[in-house]
Amino acid sequence: MAAATIPAPAPVPAPGRVRSRRATELMLTLFAVVIAVYGYADVGSAIDGKVPADTVGYGVGLGVLALLAHAAVRLRAKYADPLLLPCAVLLNGLGLVVIYRLDRATATSSAPSQLMWSTIGVALFIAVVLFLRDYRVLQRYAYVLAFGSILLMIVPIFLPAVYGAKIWIKIGPLSFQPGEIAKIALAIFFAAYLAVGRDVLALTGRKIWKLELPRGRDLGPIVVIWLLSTAVLFLEQDLGTCLIFFGLFVVMLYVATGRIGWIAVGLVMVGVAVVPVALWEPHVHSRFVDWLYPMASIEAGQGANQLAQSLFAFAAGGMLGTGLGQGHSYLIGFAVKSDWILSTFGEELGLVGLAALLLVYAVVVVRGYRTGRVLRDPFGRLLSIGLATLLALQVFVVAGGVTDLIPLTGMTMPFLAQGGSSLLTNWILVALLLKMSDAARRPGLPAEPGVLAPPSAPRPTAPAPQGDDGGAGGDDDSDEGDEDDGDEHGTRAVPEP
Amino acid sequence: MSPFGRKNRRSGQQQAAAAQPGAVRLSLSRTARRAGMFCLLLILALLVNLTRVQVVQAKKYNDHAANQRATIARYSQPRGDIIVAGKPVTGSKTTGNSLYRYRRSYTDGPLYAAVTGFSSQTYGNTLLEGVEDDYLSGSASSLSTRPLLDAISRSQVPGGDVYTTIDAKAQQAALNGLGSKRGAVAAVEPSTGRILALASTPSYDPDGITGTGSAVTQQWSTLAADPAQPMLNRALRQTYPPGSTFKVVTMSAGLANNVVSGVDVATDSPNPYTAKDTSTAITNESAGDACLNATLEYALQVSCNTVFAKLGVDVGEANMVRMAQAYGFNQSSQTVPVGVVRSNFDTGLTGQAYLALSSIGQYDTAATPLQMAEVAAVVADNGTLMKPMLVSRITRDDGTTVQTFGPQTFSQPISSTVAAEIQQAMVKVVTDGTGGNAAIPGAVVGGKTGTAQHGIGNTGTPYAWFISYAKPSASAPSPVAVAVVIEDGNANRADVSGGGLAAPIAKAVMQAVLNG
Repeated sequence: MAAATIPAPAPVPAPGRVRSRRATELMLTLFAVVIAVYGYADVGSAIDGKVPADTVGYGVGLGVLALLAHAAVRLRAKYADPLLLPCAVLLNGLGLVVIYRLDRATATSSAPSQLMWSTIGVALFIAVVLFLRDYRVLQRYAYVLAFGSILLMIVPIFLPAVYGAKIWIKIGPLSFQPGEIAKIALAIFFAAYLAVGRDVLALTGRKIWKLELPRGRDLGPIVVIWLLSTAVLFLEQDLGTCLIFFGLFVVMLYVATGRIGWIAVGLVMVGVAVVPVALWEPHVHSRFVDWLYPMASIEAGQGANQLAQSLFAFAAGGMLGTGLGQGHSYLIGFAVKSDWILSTFGEELGLVGLAALLLVYAVVVVRGYRTGRVLRDPFGRLLSIGLATLLALQVFVVAGGVTDLIPLTGMTMPFLAQGGSSLLTNWILVALLLKMSDAARRPGLPAEPGVLAPPSAPRPTAPAPQGDDGGAGGDDDSDEGDEDDGDEHGTRAVPEP
Repeated sequence: MSPFGRKNRRSGQQQAAAAQPGAVRLSLSRTARRAGMFCLLLILALLVNLTRVQVVQAKKYNDHAANQRATIARYSQPRGDIIVAGKPVTGSKTTGNSLYRYRRSYTDGPLYAAVTGFSSQTYGNTLLEGVEDDYLSGSASSLSTRPLLDAISRSQVPGGDVYTTIDAKAQQAALNGLGSKRGAVAAVEPSTGRILALASTPSYDPDGITGTGSAVTQQWSTLAADPAQPMLNRALRQTYPPGSTFKVVTMSAGLANNVVSGVDVATDSPNPYTAKDTSTAITNESAGDACLNATLEYALQVSCNTVFAKLGVDVGEANMVRMAQAYGFNQSSQTVPVGVVRSNFDTGLTGQAYLALSSIGQYDTAATPLQMAEVAAVVADNGTLMKPMLVSRITRDDGTTVQTFGPQTFSQPISSTVAAEIQQAMVKVVTDGTGGNAAIPGAVVGGKTGTAQHGIGNTGTPYAWFISYAKPSASAPSPVAVAVVIEDGNANRADVSGGGLAAPIAKAVMQAVLNG
């Protein structure tokens, strides 16, 4: 792979002082812990009339995890975005609260194992922050990661289906969803591939009517990804992973090439894959039918199905919610702590609480995109945008599924839902975003990889008063609006012909 | 402003670069901004859809029949109690089921089943449990002392208590009297309309059907399949031809309309009596020719069909209907507040033959036991009909009163003079006539027996009726009026008579009230 040469970071004197914002991060992280602990106490007092005895233990546990993560950030990612870690801690903490709450309703005990997975997740976060010195190393392993994760995803096909989908690898009591970690691996692969190949993909093609369609020979990679997603869909009955893989690839392709034609091709290919499956594969077909007629099972006299129960839960929450511990979302039954966990948030925290929750996700997504905007190298840009998109797509696919906006896909809400694979994956995702944001804000940004910029070309040492969009936090906008002047170009230096 | 950064203002130098070959595509920051907008649009779409589910269509989902939340909330707290004579006759028991935590229980289920009805997690609510459900379950808004706060905090209001007018001793006497016979008793306090007893036999224990599960459904199927219909409230929900007891109404119409000038005035009554438009004669049970031209007093005493059949015809259809309706017949939606089925006296009868039969409580004339207790009550209360009432008060869980119910006048069918005359005749029925079994030493009792034919060609075992009132002394107001009906399919046909089967039960109920 051509992008393998990574020049030693060449520190350039900082143009003025950049604040590290670690204190902000610490305050917000502690605030996130406090919110989660309050939620935990609230669940106990709503159900038992008293604060649970282990509230302090829970608070200390979560607090220690958060502080360790924060310490790692201070140590190795001093200039990282101060919002990412608090958002992740808040989401993970609230997830634990609601899982504990549902434990109480279902006489099970999933919160301790979720806390264990959270610990492992934070440990992986710390490991990534401490040991991934430069995220651009990942570019080297792009193909290894991609093929490794594809291999892992193939394994469940030969294993028996678990809960109607072949997406699990079960070893004894531990089960693992390779599709989760594969999402990150594929985002890395896409970023690496597009960072190198985007010129070809962007600048060649033929015009059919108004669309600039790609050349046949350039369709190769998208066809491969399409085949992979479709294979996931057909062989594993996993509509959600299929949509996320493909959605991620199309978005990144568009970001890299700026060509609408790719989106058109992508949509057609998704349609070709999904429509027949939706019509004829029973497991997926039933999801589509439920989506269109969520109350059909009631009318058929079979009682409310899970989607109907979920809608009842959301409706019962209304604007302000019933309060933690006072809803009846457990009526959803199976997978209420994983696929359906958002319904409990909806019932007990209401529309207001859900809006806040979605905004927390939105903050992480926006911060990921900002990092992408600030970073210099195409790989970093594409990767941080890809990871942020990945998060947004997951939130959309899961939340849209349980609220009957789109067909249900049986995925888990990032950070909130019960499930180790998903939790670990999302902590790694945040760690990567955080490392990249550190690189983006760090004074004396490293030079771009040589392959895309003339090795000798020095970076401007000070942000130009206008023009360069690399200034950290520079967000003033004077000519927002005319989006269509296609000749605008970015900050990337174009090699001299 | 876009959260993803701004569009670049191009410097001249960059424009020069743009002119280079290969630089014609959108910049990364431009496409990234659009992709970011797309991501935010996804989240916005979620919020819009959540607003649809949680706000716009919330009511549709909340009220959906398959949504268990309302039911769960209902059974999450003990239900308010139904109270008889200061003591609850209901209770709540924990089920051990985490979904429906409390079920209704009954301290003396069979005794009060005709009053309380049942509140079942499986089969819903009936009678008082049904009509007062909003109060008992705590959902009535008037139970909340802080409505706004409770609405916002969604705190549940404890169920209120419903105080009945039932007299525990009269109720017990009614049930004991009915024993294993099939029938019903209704007793009211004439001056107020307060219902003192409501009994229907065979009774059942509603305690067995309040929960969920197979034992409950088993119990229910047994009750529902029983040909004796134990769950039927015969006192309020079943009508019977009132037979001779209806003669009190006909007598009222005759006297009130001056067709006959007094109870001791001889009437112009043939025996047998054949109405103009029929060839079928109406005869009397009693032997001899005593009913010929008998006085109303005597006619009531020995229950002359001929006299009252002719009297009804003489009064005329319009006046008979008016009197029957003043007594409470033909009300299609009577509530006490439990619904009472309509007692019927035909309107628009064109043939005299039918009017004659209707006037002696046959043909289509039909009445609930409560209706016939009201007939006795009108006479006892000097001509005034009070609206029957079963609930006197509703209180909150803390004992404060939400609502009190006072006596209400329904109508004045007859003057006090006419009432006094009828009282005189009814007392004679007990002292010298067919109602001797109802006599209470030391008290003044007025009554009327009835033995109603029914079935095709009158082949069914007749219904035995007795209606009566009692006074501690001739001048005192009457504390109780009662109606008893026995429909005993197993009894020997000849033994079925109002005086024989029903009067002793009425006596026991009246005694229970008189003795306090």
